[in-house]
Amino acid sequence: MNKKLLLILLPLALLAPLVLYPVFLAKVLCFALFACAFNLLLGFAGLLSFGHAAFLGTGGYVTGWLMINSGLTPELAIIAGTIAGGLLGAVYGALAVKREGIYFAMVTLALAQLTFFLYVQAPFTHGEDGMQGIPRGALFGLIDLSDNMVMYYFVLAIFCFGFWLINRTVHSPFGQVLKAIRENESRAISLGYDVNRYKWLAFVISAALASLAGATKSLVFELASLTDVHWHMSGEVILMTLVGGVGTLFGPLVGAGFVVTMQNYLSGGELGNYIHIIMGAVFVICVLSFRSGIVGQLAKFKRDNF
Amino acid sequence: MASLFDINLFALFGQLLIGLINGSFYALLSLGLAIIFGLLKIINFAQGAMYMLGAFAALLGMQYLGINYWFALILVPLAVGLVGILMERFLIRRIANEDHLYSLLLTFGLALMLQGIFTHLFGSSGLSYPIPDALKGGTKLPFMYLPNYRAWIILVSVVVCIGTWWMIEKTKLGAYLRAGTENPQLLQAFGINVPLIVTLTFGFGVALAGLAGVMAAPVYSVSPDMGSNILIVVFAIVVIGGMGSIGGAILTGLGMGVIEGLTKYFYPEASTTVIFLVMVIVLLFKPAGLFGKEA
Repeated sequence: MNKKLLLILLPLALLAPLVLYPVFLAKVLCFALFACAFNLLLGFAGLLSFGHAAFLGTGGYVTGWLMINSGLTPELAIIAGTIAGGLLGAVYGALAVKREGIYFAMVTLALAQLTFFLYVQAPFTHGEDGMQGIPRGALFGLIDLSDNMVMYYFVLAIFCFGFWLINRTVHSPFGQVLKAIRENESRAISLGYDVNRYKWLAFVISAALASLAGATKSLVFELASLTDVHWHMSGEVILMTLVGGVGTLFGPLVGAGFVVTMQNYLSGGELGNYIHIIMGAVFVICVLSFRSGIVGQLAKFKRDNF
Repeated sequence: MASLFDINLFALFGQLLIGLINGSFYALLSLGLAIIFGLLKIINFAQGAMYMLGAFAALLGMQYLGINYWFALILVPLAVGLVGILMERFLIRRIANEDHLYSLLLTFGLALMLQGIFTHLFGSSGLSYPIPDALKGGTKLPFMYLPNYRAWIILVSVVVCIGTWWMIEKTKLGAYLRAGTENPQLLQAFGINVPLIVTLTFGFGVALAGLAGVMAAPVYSVSPDMGSNILIVVFAIVVIGGMGSIGGAILTGLGMGVIEGLTKYFYPEASTTVIFLVMVIVLLFKPAGLFGKEA
């Protein structure tokens, strides 16, 4: 079924920039990748990270700094940003997996706040102003990315890679063990799995992919700022995943599309001042009566009726 | 002696005092979180928003209703506690049987909404609340100048913390609460109205945040994001202390305030991050927290 869905979605994604503004679409894809990475932890390992903004921001800052200060081509700068975020994830993950459940959420939130304060003070981030004027460069030194159309297809390729990787991870034996841990951790331990190592590895993969999203995003907007590291951002990615459907492959994509569209629509109009109130309300509604999300509901509808 | 180590005692004690004051707020907030967690097993992300609500309630009460500081000190915690009771009764209880992560997300959403509403109404810049006349001025001690209001904050929070500890550990009501923490089903079987205790406990924990908000209004500026900023630090403190014991939450709160104050004196660049770094160290060597029960 997923293969059929992909056959429909891919041509849509390829043709979409003919109708919609490519930068907006690229933004949706960046956040979708971010949410997919987050969902790998929450949806498939049952770990709620409240600090994924730290990785999004790190990817963006490292890639942005390299693009400004070194002669690296964009794909190498993005790889470097991804590795940097992955390394940060390796450290934070090792600390966070020592605690469970609600404590895990609090530890990741606190670590992300630590990162936020470090970036506030570090001179290279330019504090409140953000790292501005990041050049997009030329892909492989050949293809100029300054055209928004070209940039969009580059972002689409990165998203597809990330999505494929997550899909592979979830359906691998490793992914099955993660699900076992999510469902019944004690049982997984009794079966002889080193649960903390599995959780840690999932955390590192998730952090690296979140950094990949941040790195790409910094090129799309030619900007890396503190907004990406702020706890609001960690909340937003949770909201995207929740709206779309926790633990579904396509949920985060749909959720990111929903939240980004909502923000774009609101910030342009009279309701711009209400954006946080509305997001909070969507959160409350989702948690109270829409816990399986859009994709989860659709899947249920399909199961019940077809 | 002071010059020997090149330490300006006056400034050092000044920072220590500020640290103790911050610590008093940390203690009140983490105490509230710990009480709620004990019985409901959830973390109230809106605790910071309730603290902000307390400060705004005091400010607006004075501006529009002429309620002075002393009445606010009693009325605001009651009002904020009532908000908490409504929140528990009509929202949190509906998902009490789901994964506790959902209640964290629910209270996070509520906190976002409250912060958004106050930002919309009052802007994000801080408003000021006057120090009550009776507590203006200060006392000159041999090594430092002690403003009366700051001494008052420390006094009140210590009294409230000890009072709460006494109530939980030594009274009949506290015994119900502790029994509910251990085994709610059994307590219910003894004919105790557990849902009522849960609601009241949540209200009390939230009221503590409201009280902290009233006390904070004259020393910090009253702004919509005052709650979220302090809450994340309090989360780190909760991880450091572990939520196993009420006394532990109080001591860790005060202690971390002092450490933060000392850092402000010796290495101000790290003052915003030091508590998170302490959390990292505690996670490395004693993952369950300093006062944590679980292995």
